[in-house]
Amino acid sequence: MKSPAVKKVLARLKNHAFLLILALLSAVVSISLTLFVPVLVGGAVDNIIGKGEVYFEAVAQILLWIAVAVVGLTICQWTMNYLVNVISFRLVRDLRRDVFRKFNSVPLQAIDSHPHGDLISRMINDVDAVGDGLTQLVLQLFSGLVTIIGTLIFMLFIDWRIALAVFLLTPLSLFLAAFIGKLTHRRFTEQQLLQGDISAYVEEHVGNQRLVKAFCYEQRAQQEFDAYNNTLFEVGFKAQFAGALANPSTRFVNAVVYAAVTILGAMTVISGGMTIGGLSCFLTYANQYTKPFNEVTGVLTQLQTGIAAAERVFAVLEWNDETPDTPNKLQNCSGEVEIEDISFAYSPDKPLIQHFSLHVSSGSHVAIVGPTGCGKTTLINLLMRFYEVNEGRILLDGVDIRELSRDALRRCYGMVLQESWLFSGTIMENLRYGNADASDDEIIAAAKAAHAHSFIRRMPQGYDTVISEGGGNLSQGQKQLLCIARAMLTHPRVLILDEATSSIDTLTEIRVQKAFAKMMKGRTSFVVAHRLSTIRESDVILVMKDGNIIEQGSHEELLRRHGFYYQLYHAQFEKQAF
Amino acid sequence: MFKLRRFLKDYKKEVIIGPLCKLFEAILELLVPMVVADIIDVGINELHDTSYVLRMGGLMVLLAATGLTSALFCQYFASKASQGAGTQIRRALFLHINSLSHAELDKLGTPSLITRITNDTNQVQQSIAMSIRLLTRAPFIIIGSLLMAVSINMPLSLIFFAASVLIGVTLYFVMSRSVPIYAAVQKKLDKIGLISRENLAGNRVIRAFSKQATEQEHIDKATEELTRTSIRVSRLSALLSPVTYAVTNAAIIAIIWFGGVNVNAGNMRTGDIVALVSYMTQILLAMVVVANLVILMTKASASAKRINEVFETKPSVVEENTDDILVDASADTPKIEIKNLRFNYAGDGDDELSDLNLTIKKGQTIGIIGGTGSGKSTLVQLLPRFYDATGGAVFVDGVDVRRYPFRQLRRQFGMVPQQSVLFSGSLRDNMCWRKPDATDDEIIRALQVAQAYEFVAKLPQGLDTHVEQGGRNFSGGQRQRLCIARALVGKPEVLILDDSFSALDFATDAALRKALRRYTAGMTTLIVSQRCATIRDADCIVVLHDGRAAGIGTHDELLRSCEIYRDICRSQLSETEVPA
Repeated sequence: MKSPAVKKVLARLKNHAFLLILALLSAVVSISLTLFVPVLVGGAVDNIIGKGEVYFEAVAQILLWIAVAVVGLTICQWTMNYLVNVISFRLVRDLRRDVFRKFNSVPLQAIDSHPHGDLISRMINDVDAVGDGLTQLVLQLFSGLVTIIGTLIFMLFIDWRIALAVFLLTPLSLFLAAFIGKLTHRRFTEQQLLQGDISAYVEEHVGNQRLVKAFCYEQRAQQEFDAYNNTLFEVGFKAQFAGALANPSTRFVNAVVYAAVTILGAMTVISGGMTIGGLSCFLTYANQYTKPFNEVTGVLTQLQTGIAAAERVFAVLEWNDETPDTPNKLQNCSGEVEIEDISFAYSPDKPLIQHFSLHVSSGSHVAIVGPTGCGKTTLINLLMRFYEVNEGRILLDGVDIRELSRDALRRCYGMVLQESWLFSGTIMENLRYGNADASDDEIIAAAKAAHAHSFIRRMPQGYDTVISEGGGNLSQGQKQLLCIARAMLTHPRVLILDEATSSIDTLTEIRVQKAFAKMMKGRTSFVVAHRLSTIRESDVILVMKDGNIIEQGSHEELLRRHGFYYQLYHAQFEKQAF
Repeated sequence: MFKLRRFLKDYKKEVIIGPLCKLFEAILELLVPMVVADIIDVGINELHDTSYVLRMGGLMVLLAATGLTSALFCQYFASKASQGAGTQIRRALFLHINSLSHAELDKLGTPSLITRITNDTNQVQQSIAMSIRLLTRAPFIIIGSLLMAVSINMPLSLIFFAASVLIGVTLYFVMSRSVPIYAAVQKKLDKIGLISRENLAGNRVIRAFSKQATEQEHIDKATEELTRTSIRVSRLSALLSPVTYAVTNAAIIAIIWFGGVNVNAGNMRTGDIVALVSYMTQILLAMVVVANLVILMTKASASAKRINEVFETKPSVVEENTDDILVDASADTPKIEIKNLRFNYAGDGDDELSDLNLTIKKGQTIGIIGGTGSGKSTLVQLLPRFYDATGGAVFVDGVDVRRYPFRQLRRQFGMVPQQSVLFSGSLRDNMCWRKPDATDDEIIRALQVAQAYEFVAKLPQGLDTHVEQGGRNFSGGQRQRLCIARALVGKPEVLILDDSFSALDFATDAALRKALRRYTAGMTTLIVSQRCATIRDADCIVVLHDGRAAGIGTHDELLRSCEIYRDICRSQLSETEVPA
């Protein structure tokens, strides 16, 4: 059980030291009282001797004491239970917050390369398991420790030699439990892992039911799911059973110890070293003493699940963050971009962009064209610092973007991506996302400029219509229009459009582009587009192929050059193709 | 909770034998004090015999060993039954989810379904294991102790019954109050799942807008709410064992007092009081166990409710026939016929589609064009019956689509959706979606047509290349071409391309259409597009405007007759191609 994850969880308990001490105090009081009440009961019974020999006054007094003790005990016990729960829930809350913070502070690559369902499972199931394990551990530990110390004191008073024997022998059972724990740890880890796999599978296949249905994939999906599910059964069954072995084994060891103590005690009594009353009292305490050991192992499966889960949670928490931000900001960004000899690859064995340089003066419009997969989106990833360049540097207004805070950098940009992302909430909330201060009028004006106003108005609740997760019943094009309106509201210095209008019909697109043009007057823009007709007006057109700029210039210049752009342009209007 | 008992059907043996083993162990445990009494009374007091003490000591070890064996059996059965039932619940849930239509899935939400399949099922599973382990022992001891109390002193045993009733009332009170709160807890957990899922999916946008702090506020709020609610319920559940303790001890006080009165009157011996007190203590210990079990059960029954909610959700699109039906289509039966079609997604607001009529012959290529939100995608989604039409009907091979079993209908279609999503697994796995037993040759052929083979061939592992979730390790354009290839494998009868060229540059688009034309000879093809170049050569073009057909005909016909179509073309093609 000495896993680093346990230490990390316990270290987090420090933040709750005050409540923890309070809970411990309640535990001490309530358990001392629990041990004391039987003594009082015995005292009361001693005053009931036989017919006509009952000392009611004394009995009443002791009963009163019992009542007081029980009231105190009840309150303390409730406080202990309650506080331990509070501590564990708060710890769970903090863990979740930290995991979530991690989602937004790690390099984007970490999020891109992990199944989201698995990450969600860590956030939901694993953190929950940590909380459950912790509650059990603390509850058992508290009541256990106090009981053990209390009974040990009583036993020492009666016969210190046998007490010593009990004291030394009982922990044997703990070793056994720890041993079983160690043996089974792997299974619990596997169990949590599979739990994550199942989440990932469900996330993918339920999230994309449309495809599953379109391809009649239901049966095969069921088979694949069953395979995961059955493995989970095998592993889960073994983990549960192996974990559950600990408790009976512990109890067996303790029963044997108890038998040994009985024999030892009986021998002592026969040889005249102890009275019978002493022995029976001793045995009662010996029995009490072993209980906490038994109970700790009773929750061993929960503890082990908790430990395995904690490992997965801390694995996320220990992901490396992005390189730390500098607090630097740009005063009034002018939008001049200088790309100096950059190289970049997603994985070292596949170089993508190599020694690429470009100067974009403030206010100019840059279009990037090229066949799919040539690195257009990558360039944008680098500009926005979603990924860091491997070599070279990118300057904004003459400052290396790595010397700016990411927030300050990205605030200069307005971005609309090909894959439009909206969150579940009203349309109004979604539009206000990039500019929390925007008034309703401004929002409607932006929606009108993005030609989204008319369809929004036709929706059942207009701007207050709630979009379900992922965009619900909006069409792809409508989602793009909303994203455009959202970006327009941020009044960016530099605008980045990555195939932002790919799903919008051309008539609307032209109108939207006019709105953009008006807005972008004097501001820098980068536009990735396939429809070459839409970029003719750009100041510079970059033609990319295989991660390199192979041509650059204005539309007319490029056409005159009769190069790759010329081919692309004519392919688009080539009659023979149809 | 009880509605889920059908999942234990296969584990009857485990559910019955498990608790019996536990019961047996409990009985053995009760024997131990008697043996100890024998050691004291006989071994020490009467015989002063060490060998008798040793023999009895041996008996204790034997009892312990038998108890161990019996407990192991119980644990075995408990683990098996609980994990088995959990596995079956998960299986049935997934099966049911697969049978639901889009509308219901949108309503339930993916993150909530994930939580129900994992977290909620775990709760139920745990409660089954605990019940098998603990549920028999406690009632056994409680009832046994009650009977013993009655046999000792009838009137005083009334105190026992009063105490039991009080504890019962407490259990009921706590349970009935906390079930709804636990349900709220799980709902709050869903919310956290939803925020997490959105955050992961929209990570790029969140960073681009520098909204990390806002998102963190959302999760802070959601986790705070969860914590509050959890603490609220724990305030209740933490009551159970202390109250049980207080009630039993009050009973003990009463026993001593009235016992004292009886002893004083000579109706009872002191030893009886001691016995009654010790039975009451036994009940207390058992009750504490029951209390803990009740907490667990309460939690589980909230989860069970959520699981049942999924089972009780009925699909809105259902199969009329599950066995393949006989389709007798003659050569001149249209492949697809749409009659007076009307569709309204939410049942309120404007219709998404209305008064649509269209006849598509086998082997024809149909282009569908129209403004954003004009109903193009909705139209093609109705053909494989992802939704049912609100009015009118769709016929495939002359048969109403509602009469087909899903499989027979949908396997005729090759569908390329707007959003290019691939699944984690190998590239080959993804290509085999339409046809599980497709050969590599078939796949490569489809990849070639989709203009994807060029880059696939360059991948070091070719078809064995691992695809990350959603296909994120491919660029948008590559993904789109892979999705087209996926739909082509196994030559579907009807190919639906739902705006599937949007991420392609025009050269690739043109090459792809050229290749498709050859490959899809005889295949009925529907192309939804924003680009009139993509559809201008179609046999028939449908121009949609606000859910209505604004024009149906060939490119040239429409240029002459349809104002909207002319506007669209004029915005895309050069002046010479579109007469003013």
